[in-house]
Amino acid sequence: MNIPQELFYSKEHEWVRFEGNKAYIGISDYAQHHLGDIVFVELPEIGAEFAPMTEAAVVESVKAVSPVFCPVAGKVVEVNEALLDTPEKVNEAPYESFLFAVETDGAGKENLLSAEAYAPLCPEEEETL
Amino acid sequence: MQYTPNTESQAAEMLAELGLSSLGDLFTDIPESIRRKCVLDETPGETEPSVRARLEQLAQDNWSAGDAPVFLGAGCYDHYIPAAADYLLQRSEFATSYTPYQPEISQGILQGIFEYQTLICRLTGMAVANASLYCGGSALSSACRIAAETVKKRKILLPASLHPEYAEIVKSAGIAGFYETVEVPVAESASAGSPSGVIDLAAFESLLDSDVAAALIPYPNFYGALEPVGELVRLVRAKTNALVVMSVDPFSLAMLKSPGEWGADIAVGDAQSLGNRMSFGGPHLGFMAVTEKLLRKIPGRLVGQSVDDRGNRCFVLTLQAREQHIRREKANSNICSNQALCALATAMYLTFIGPAGLKQAAAISHKLTCYAQEKFRRAGFKIRYTAPVFQEFAVCVDNPAEANEFLLENGIIGGYELPGALLFAFTEKRTAEEVDELVEAMSKYAFPAEKESAEGEEQE
Amino acid sequence: MKLLFEKEVKGSNRFRFPEPEVSADAAPEMIPAEHLRTADLGIPELSEVEAVRHFTALSKRAFGVDDGPYPLGSCTMKYTPKICEAAALLPGFADIHPYQSPWTVQGALKLLYELQRDLAQLTGMDAFTLQPAAGAHGELCGMMIVRAYHKSTGADAQRNVVLVPDSAHGTNPATAAAVGYQVREVKSGPDGLVDLEDLKSKLGGDVAGLMLTNPNTVGLFEKNIEEISRLVHEAGGLLYYDGANLNAIVGVARPGDMGFDVCHVNLHKTFATPHGGGGPGAGGVGVKDFLAPFLPKPVIEWNEEEDVYTLNRDLPESIGKIKTFYGNFGVCVKAYAYIRLNGFAGLRAVAQHAVLNANYLKKRLSARYEIPFDVICKHEFVATNARQAKNGVRTLDIAKRLIDFGYHPPTIYFPLIVNEAMMFEPTETESKERLDEIAAAMNTIADEAETDPGKVKGAPYTTVIGRVDETRAARHPVLKYVSE
Repeated sequence: MNIPQELFYSKEHEWVRFEGNKAYIGISDYAQHHLGDIVFVELPEIGAEFAPMTEAAVVESVKAVSPVFCPVAGKVVEVNEALLDTPEKVNEAPYESFLFAVETDGAGKENLLSAEAYAPLCPEEEETL
Repeated sequence: MQYTPNTESQAAEMLAELGLSSLGDLFTDIPESIRRKCVLDETPGETEPSVRARLEQLAQDNWSAGDAPVFLGAGCYDHYIPAAADYLLQRSEFATSYTPYQPEISQGILQGIFEYQTLICRLTGMAVANASLYCGGSALSSACRIAAETVKKRKILLPASLHPEYAEIVKSAGIAGFYETVEVPVAESASAGSPSGVIDLAAFESLLDSDVAAALIPYPNFYGALEPVGELVRLVRAKTNALVVMSVDPFSLAMLKSPGEWGADIAVGDAQSLGNRMSFGGPHLGFMAVTEKLLRKIPGRLVGQSVDDRGNRCFVLTLQAREQHIRREKANSNICSNQALCALATAMYLTFIGPAGLKQAAAISHKLTCYAQEKFRRAGFKIRYTAPVFQEFAVCVDNPAEANEFLLENGIIGGYELPGALLFAFTEKRTAEEVDELVEAMSKYAFPAEKESAEGEEQE
Repeated sequence: MKLLFEKEVKGSNRFRFPEPEVSADAAPEMIPAEHLRTADLGIPELSEVEAVRHFTALSKRAFGVDDGPYPLGSCTMKYTPKICEAAALLPGFADIHPYQSPWTVQGALKLLYELQRDLAQLTGMDAFTLQPAAGAHGELCGMMIVRAYHKSTGADAQRNVVLVPDSAHGTNPATAAAVGYQVREVKSGPDGLVDLEDLKSKLGGDVAGLMLTNPNTVGLFEKNIEEISRLVHEAGGLLYYDGANLNAIVGVARPGDMGFDVCHVNLHKTFATPHGGGGPGAGGVGVKDFLAPFLPKPVIEWNEEEDVYTLNRDLPESIGKIKTFYGNFGVCVKAYAYIRLNGFAGLRAVAQHAVLNANYLKKRLSARYEIPFDVICKHEFVATNARQAKNGVRTLDIAKRLIDFGYHPPTIYFPLIVNEAMMFEPTETESKERLDEIAAAMNTIADEAETDPGKVKGAPYTTVIGRVDETRAARHPVLKYVSE
């Protein structure tokens, strides 16, 4: 399972990349693998505001729907519209496929995990989905 | 017991294998206190011939369209259905299958629905159609919820010219709190205080504010009249972000401009008029068709095209993640079973009747309607509304219920009773003679004395 | 197989109507030009014989109960007697208009009235409506009644939560949400039944009601139902019965006697009306007396003295309407005939044999398949692939392989509380011979899973198409035919 060192993670399998006061958010390799073929992503609207760990987006596979939480407080300033036509990118390159970015004051960052702390949450179990 | 194939000895054998001695032993997990209360009239089963006789008797207690000409419409129409469509619909591979969850053994059902979806898209001029909903009214209430959630506003403009049952269904569903309805009145026409029978444009415009989620436009409306759709859509677009939801009779679209051509966002309606028997009001089918933009908002089942592992084109239920069995409480509809067989009936009807047949049927309906209106006028009746109509119009009469009774006594199933008027529909199944009989019977009822004196005058 | 649109031959459809003899001057056409359609209708032209062949070919690529056993759990795919079909097609039923004067449709009203009365007795309810068009539509109607009731007592504002077990059909939470409620899930215990302690912790002054299927979706009777009923009612909530599994207990036990206040029944399951490839069904709703004023309009009434049936629309507390006219009348005709054919005693035998068949098949499968809740079940049971999984064989593979033996697969991946579930519901209309055949086929598949798992994973082999690329269908939706 690919868990890049430079990123932060939530317990719900989102990754966060901070760039100044901006946070880019996507789903981890483990999450995309667990969900299977992603067929659609529902993105938030620019300007929408979220408290830490509230539902901000949705990813759909053929037979499942999963909420994507916004791990830090913030206002949406960017969404990855390319994913609307090519949701498969989330499977192919989860860490290059951010879903949305928020402008944040960092609230909620304290609960995020480092790559080391996140790894145990991704057991290499027999795939059942 | 007629349809349980196991014999008594087989049942005993099966029970023995389970280590049980009686059928009752299978139910010991149900508390005795509950089972004890289940006291029923021990009515015995009847033989098939007895049941047939009983049902034939009940059926005979009804006047059917074969017994008397039907001039009732109001959302349910007596159209001709080609024999081939009726016949094929009874093939039990269609009738006795479940929702096509297993595409490998359900290609026939799936392809049939895909063809139905395509036909509805073409008729309505919309981009996407679903596999059917329960009825036109429930399709309209679903559209209202979609509009409220998409536009994120609460107000639904509900015209007084909408089918009253559709209006009631929309209002009833309002209990959930997704939207509230505001009534739009029907206009008075310029000529001598007669109502036009269509939406009052000034009132409509005044109600268009930033809180409107959807404007509903019935077309033709409940009175058979053609709403000024172009003007209504222009006003909605100019003043709001609201969705335009058109509720249409798909049969009329053989002649009338489609919702897609008018620029609607959602088209709904009841496709009973395309190949489904009246059956005392059901089963019929609601349809819904939307723009590409609303693709993910459409409720209910959708069949899509794909390929199999051998490279064949095939069909499969798709975008299921919208639906209740996956999205559960987050789904925008709870629909599961729909009206699939009725949708197949519609696909068959359209295929057997063909484009020319459908156009001809619509043209005949309209021609008879115009003929009837002229006859009623010449006989001295006032036509209730002044707007142009497709295949239905209202004739003023002081006591519509009494007039209907009179028509029945004369072997005619009359119209829908409006306050002070009867709403008559004219399908291609009616003939000019039947229209003559209707107008004559109505004249006899409405002007008994005048008729006699007029005849007397002529004799002088 | 080609689509209708690909078989079009212009000029080949010659279906026409007789023109009415109306002189043009007597009928000036009145549709203004801006209302006239200019776009092509897009209906393909086929000759009658080619169109008949098309739809016949479609039928041969479908699989119904009349083709073979259909043990699709939770769907009660039983044989549907053909006399019921014949009855619904009688012109006195199929060709009557819903707005005809009541005295010209006394037979239809009588049929509906008697069906309501029979269903009320069979479910232990006091009043019934037949307006809902399907099971989920019945749920919607029933939960609207629950909400209207709480509004009438002034409790609606604080009661905004509906409890739903985690084993419930998806329609239950979706219905609660469609009526504007929040959903709170109640956990199942290790025995597959509602966990009473969890239920207690979820109940409170904000709860409008509990929606429950009994027997539940793993095929087990919620034997604590009286206790559940007491708890829910003490908390001020109402109890909703999802009748999807009524076939297991019809004539043996009644939701009304278990404490349920409102229920729906699926006429297309328990009462043998065919499912039509997805519908139409019918989902009549029964209520206890105190909820009767909230039933949808109109209500059919019988004047016993004059033996006349009427439609009452003057119901100030009614939830209003949920469907046009009176529901799926044609489906009701079939259910009415089915009840007459069986009688109430015969319906009890229906439940008994449905349960016998399920338990027998479970026993037959238990040698080779994992059965998570191996106790006396009701009309259906759940098995899993746990023993086959070690060879990489999934439930989906087993289901697809079963198709090659001529059977419709069971319901798979439901209920959600069991991993890789296969839910079998043989129904009472399968014979012991058929059940033995299904068991033999399943045993062969279990053998194959050990000796040649690739064979199972590549199934089916006998069908007109192989496994479908569902991902592609969902990623790039093609939902209608577009000519190239």
